[in-house]
Order: sequence, then structure tokens, then C-alpha cells
Amino acid sequence: MIQTDLLIIGAGPTGLFAVFEAGLLKIKCHLIDALPQIGGQLSELYPKKPIFDIPGYPEVLAGDLVTNLMEQIKQFQPGFTLGEKAEHIEKLEDGSFIVTTDAGTQHHAKAIAIAGGLGSFEPRKPVLENLEFYENKGVEYFVKNPEKFRDKKVVIAGGGDSALDWSIFLANVAEEVTLIHRRNEFRGALDSVEKVQELKNLGKIKLITPAEVAQLHGSDALEAITIDENGSQRNIVCDYLIPLFGLTPKLGPIANWGLEIEKNAIKVNNALDYQTNIKGIYAIGDVNTYPGKLKLILCGFHEATLMCQSVYQILNPGKKYVMKYTTVSGIDGFDGSRKEAEKAVVKAID
Amino acid sequence: MENEITLHITDREGVTHTLAVPTDMNMNLMEVVRAYELAPEGTIGICGGMAMCASCQCYVLNEVELPEKSDEEEAMLSEANFVKDNSRLGCQIHITPEIAGLAVALAPEE
Repeated sequence: MIQTDLLIIGAGPTGLFAVFEAGLLKIKCHLIDALPQIGGQLSELYPKKPIFDIPGYPEVLAGDLVTNLMEQIKQFQPGFTLGEKAEHIEKLEDGSFIVTTDAGTQHHAKAIAIAGGLGSFEPRKPVLENLEFYENKGVEYFVKNPEKFRDKKVVIAGGGDSALDWSIFLANVAEEVTLIHRRNEFRGALDSVEKVQELKNLGKIKLITPAEVAQLHGSDALEAITIDENGSQRNIVCDYLIPLFGLTPKLGPIANWGLEIEKNAIKVNNALDYQTNIKGIYAIGDVNTYPGKLKLILCGFHEATLMCQSVYQILNPGKKYVMKYTTVSGIDGFDGSRKEAEKAVVKAID
Repeated sequence: MENEITLHITDREGVTHTLAVPTDMNMNLMEVVRAYELAPEGTIGICGGMAMCASCQCYVLNEVELPEKSDEEEAMLSEANFVKDNSRLGCQIHITPEIAGLAVALAPEE
């Protein structure tokens, strides 16, 4: 089991900065994120978009901000559980928590900070009758193990990078790959689009556009789909349908943790420390709500800072703590061990 | 009033709201829906207005001429659910005098 002081759920900008503030207080952190990479929305949705309201940065690309935050916190050596969704929480008698992910990874922590942003990114599911019945019985939203598709008939639906990339990859694995998209145009890296074109010309990918999946068929598992192509319908025999329509954020299992939810966000005590209605569980950044809440990165940073001070008190009950400045104490010096700030020379001039 | 246009927005419950909306506040249609609280927080404008989610999808109900869809908007609408020929992303429709009288209905929540 992973042991940590503060378990941060969500490795977006707020969660990452919380590691820094916690580090100053000698609080060890571990982060969980449903996505396989850090950065949250900034990495997943808009890495190349400029942000103009980060104090001290007239302009910074979202992806660069994530890189810088990682640079800022690496000295505190946070742990990461990436690509797994925090699913279940249990509060132990001593007030600590065990959080288990959907992959079964267990984390034991003395305090929890939910920095889940918009929620965990989950695949956008098409609206199709009996879709749930066929999930894991032919309908897959991820390609976790490509071998599963070896010598199978696979239909991929979607028009973005993942639909293109997996069509290319599976063209050499599956018996048959059919790519269906609602438009003739694909949105993806140019070389991916060109590669799909090439594989189509070679007969390795069947391309059907503009078309969409209309029905699913099969008695025990998926056996065929009906597609709608310019108003006329026809069936395609297949073993797998992989809809890749992008990711959409959902609050997910956290909504069932007994936390007070308001306006699809977690209610917190903003007058004090951003703690939720459960002692030891905090919510910071876009995932929380309180009177006057603004969903801004800079507000998340502030919330993370106050949260860490409160967590310090949980970890060190009864200990007096005086807030220190990094200009005075450096980043390692909060226990008095190192002073980073360079002293000016003090000397009389003749 | 000067710098104001009238818009008709039908919410997800089917209620139509006729609103006087300012044209001088650099707003888009998604922000209007949020400002007037015509859909619960967390169900609209989730990506903040970057055409990266489809939570502000709406159906255009009358003949008011709108700016062409950008590639980003087309791409998003090609992957979203409940898309019809008259679908648009509210965040990509800027509130300008040219769209006075526009009538839209919010698409269902995904």
C-alpha cells in the first residue's frame, strides 16, 4: 500500500502547486490522476493555449505552466498514480484514509485534498440503444491491450487523433479495420491523416464517411453494427466497436463519497481552510464551490496554500506553526536547516 | 435600449426566456446562459468556452444569420451527441447587433 501524508486527487495545476506548499511544511504528497499524464485540463484540453492571468507571467502556454509547476515541485519528490481513477474511500478509526483506485491500487494518507477540477476525464459515449449491454462485450472505449484485437474485425468511430492513431496501429493487428466518421474531414496531426489515407489506398483501412453508428447487434456479444450513411442504413459484421469521441469530464465516484455537493461541485469552508463536511478531506480548485467562487488557476493556488496550513495542524496536533517566507527561509529551511536567501554585504565604506 | 439585443433561449426544461442582452460586454451565447442561470452550473460551459466540450450545444430555431462555424466547432460537433443540422456551440456565437432576435434551444445534457 502506498503511504503518504497528503493524498492529492487530481494532478492539474492546483494539485501540483499543493505539492509545493505542502513541501514547505515537510508534508509528503502523492497524487492520483485518471489521465495517464499530469497537468489535468491544461495538458488534456489546451496545452498550446496561452494563459494571461497567472501572476508574474504576462503570457504562458498551458503546457509550459505544467512543465514549470513540475520543475517547482520535483524537489519534494511527490509520488504519482497516473491513469487510475480514485474510486473508493474509507475513513479509518485514527482519522486517516484509504483511497482505492479503479485498478485496485491502495493509498493510505492522513489527509486528502481533492483537486479534481472538472472531474475525471471519461470517454464520451455515443447515444445508442443497449450500449451498456455491449460494453466489454465488443464495445471498448480504450485500446488498453492491442493484442485483444488481433485477427478481429474492428470498427473505430471518431475523427480525432485517437481515432486516426488507433486505426493506423490496429491496421497491422486486426483482421479488418473500418473507420467511420460523421464528416469527411478529420482533425488530427497531418502525418496521421496522410497515413490513414495511405492505408486506405492499400486496402488496409476501410473508410466510411460521412456516416455514423446507428444500432448494435448480437445476442451475447457484439456481432454487427448498423451504420447510417447519408440516410441509408446497412450492416457491418464486426467483433469490436471502439467509439473514440473524445473525453468529457465527470465528477465520477467522488460524488458518492458522502461529501456535500452543490452545483456539481464540492462545498467547502472557504472562510477557513477549504475543508469539506468530512474532517480531513479538503477540496481545492475548480472542483469546489463556496460563495463568490471563481474557477481560476490563481484562486486554486491560494486555496492549495491555505489547505496545506490546515493539513499541517492535522499532522502535527498541538504544534505551534509560524508562517515563513521563502525569501527568508528558502524552500528547505522551514525546519531551520538551510537558509537560501543570499545576504547582502554589510561593510562600512571608508 | 442602446447596446442591447433581444434573444430567445429555450432551456432544457422547454421554457423559453426572452432576454435583453448587452452587446458591449464581449459575451458569447454560452455566457449569456450562465449569466441568466438558464442551466445549472457544471452542466454548461464546462471547458470555459474553447469549443472543447459540447456542453453549450444549442439548436438554432430561426433564420438569423450566424457567423460560419470554425474548424474547431465543426470538429467538436462531429463527435458530440444529439447533434442536428442546426446545432451550434453557444460559446462560439458572439453577442453582436447582427444576431438580434436569434432564437435557440439548449441541447440535452450529455
